Amino acid sequence: MHNKSLTELAAGLRAGEFTSVELTQHFLDRIEKYDDSLNSFITVTPEIALAQAAEADAQIAAGTAGPLTGIPMALKDIFCTDGVKTSCASKMLDNFIAPYNATVVEKLKAAGMPMLGKTNMDEFAMGSSNESSYYGAVKNPWDTDRVPGGSSGGSAAAVAARLVPMATGTDTGGSIRQPASLTGITGIKPTYGRVSRFGMIAYASSLDQGGVFARDAADCALVLGAMAGFDEKDSTSSEREVEDYAAGLDQSLQGLRIGVPAEYFGEGLDDGVAASIKSALDKYKELGAEIVEIELPNTGLAIPSYYVIAPAECSANLSRLDGVRYGHRCEDPVDLEDMYKRSRAEGFGSEVKRRIMVGTYALSAGYYDAYYLKAQKIRRKIKGDFDQAFENVDVIMGPVSPTTAFKLGEKSDDPVSMYLSDIYTLAVNLAGLPAISVPVEPSEGLPVGLQIIGNYFDESRLLNVAHQFQQATDWHKQSPEGFGG
Amino acid sequence: MSLTASDVKKISHLARLAIDEADVEPYANNLSNILGLVEQMDAADVADIEPMANPQDAMQRLRDDVVTEVDQREKFQAIAPNTEAGLYLVPKVLE
Repeated sequence: MHNKSLTELAAGLRAGEFTSVELTQHFLDRIEKYDDSLNSFITVTPEIALAQAAEADAQIAAGTAGPLTGIPMALKDIFCTDGVKTSCASKMLDNFIAPYNATVVEKLKAAGMPMLGKTNMDEFAMGSSNESSYYGAVKNPWDTDRVPGGSSGGSAAAVAARLVPMATGTDTGGSIRQPASLTGITGIKPTYGRVSRFGMIAYASSLDQGGVFARDAADCALVLGAMAGFDEKDSTSSEREVEDYAAGLDQSLQGLRIGVPAEYFGEGLDDGVAASIKSALDKYKELGAEIVEIELPNTGLAIPSYYVIAPAECSANLSRLDGVRYGHRCEDPVDLEDMYKRSRAEGFGSEVKRRIMVGTYALSAGYYDAYYLKAQKIRRKIKGDFDQAFENVDVIMGPVSPTTAFKLGEKSDDPVSMYLSDIYTLAVNLAGLPAISVPVEPSEGLPVGLQIIGNYFDESRLLNVAHQFQQATDWHKQSPEGFGG
Repeated sequence: MSLTASDVKKISHLARLAIDEADVEPYANNLSNILGLVEQMDAADVADIEPMANPQDAMQRLRDDVVTEVDQREKFQAIAPNTEAGLYLVPKVLE
């Protein structure tokens, strides 16, 4: 059952081959059996999952089921779930039982998807390796000595090991695409504003966007359709209608213009990854697409400007965590300032503290113009690069990550070397564009992801372009050994 | 950009983060390295470029000025570290 696509699972449920309770129990059993080696879940919620599955079975029997009814899912532990611990993988929120549901959670609940649990992540989504979690690192199912990527590493590892058919993620600087790439699954980060941020614990509010991990693009299309849409509770939510993503999947790629930026194939890109990406581009040519060389000249400025904007916004967002109303409070504070300072020092891990301090510095008196304002100006230049490119091409392609999954511990003592691994993903968040990671030919046995970047609100085309590749290849059907096939 | 120990102490105070004396130097190194990376922004010519806060240059949407929240004080305070009579308790601020 765990190797079926969402469409196949939905058909099996309708045909009575299995019930949602049986399907949900099957995945709960797999989590129980295999997750000790991966650490992909922070909280497993069997009672909730089975109760929701029973409701789904009743809807299926009554003929009122939708396309996703009865198919279990998991949520990155950054999405607030009413009555269930929502930790953001931080000691700060280890005792936080969310008092309401995120809009994404409400939507997936309304779609009838039972919740298996909450997945592990980098603390407050800050990281590219999932090693900064208070609950310990997540392991890559393809090689448990390696990282699954981050920050949504738990969701990616769980989907890759087929412990759950789909999971949600969030992407502030690559946190959906990079773990999808490193674990050999499909992950889409929609246009900024497409998916509601309400109840999604904020890291960098002008960059954060929720999205989907699944086995393939067709599965992503189904779930994104259920997750996306206007939400009056998110002031940056787009009022644009949501397209029928599944309806566009089968369009031919004849005449598709693919922009390939020289800047994404320069120094630092692993040879094996480059070869896999180039062979994927050749496949696209076979499918009728045309490759167009383009330039994104401000690509090199994405890392420095991101590492001003994201820490600046995080320092503001995380100032709410002060030990007063919820979250960790230190023992026996002598006064209010001592309570703030020790509660925060004890509650946050070292990467979160580093980013808070960088952001605090960048926003402090006398430095605002030199850092935050300048970074925002660079942001417009980066967006300008993409705007210009999309005048001439339909999509842009390149690698997601310069390397395959690196070893646990390899970069954890050197924040700057970790930041450099985000080189191909950050610009997309700064520009607010949608992008998807699609598994291509592995390199030395480890997954490689092709990044496809689309124009604003062109998710339908991204999914179509990814789906057509997956109709012609079977990299997305490969799964790691050791998880019961 | 190289931060000194006293810079780090000042920043950690502004951020309301207690910091052990032994951690000051490692933070100074780490933060200096990060700011070194950030200095690559200096290469950019941004004259006459407007700062961008939102990719669509969208403005915050306004809503009608009416009460939409319902009272959930008990639920919210159930997860608070310390409350009394519907109030959040913190260490004494005034002697």
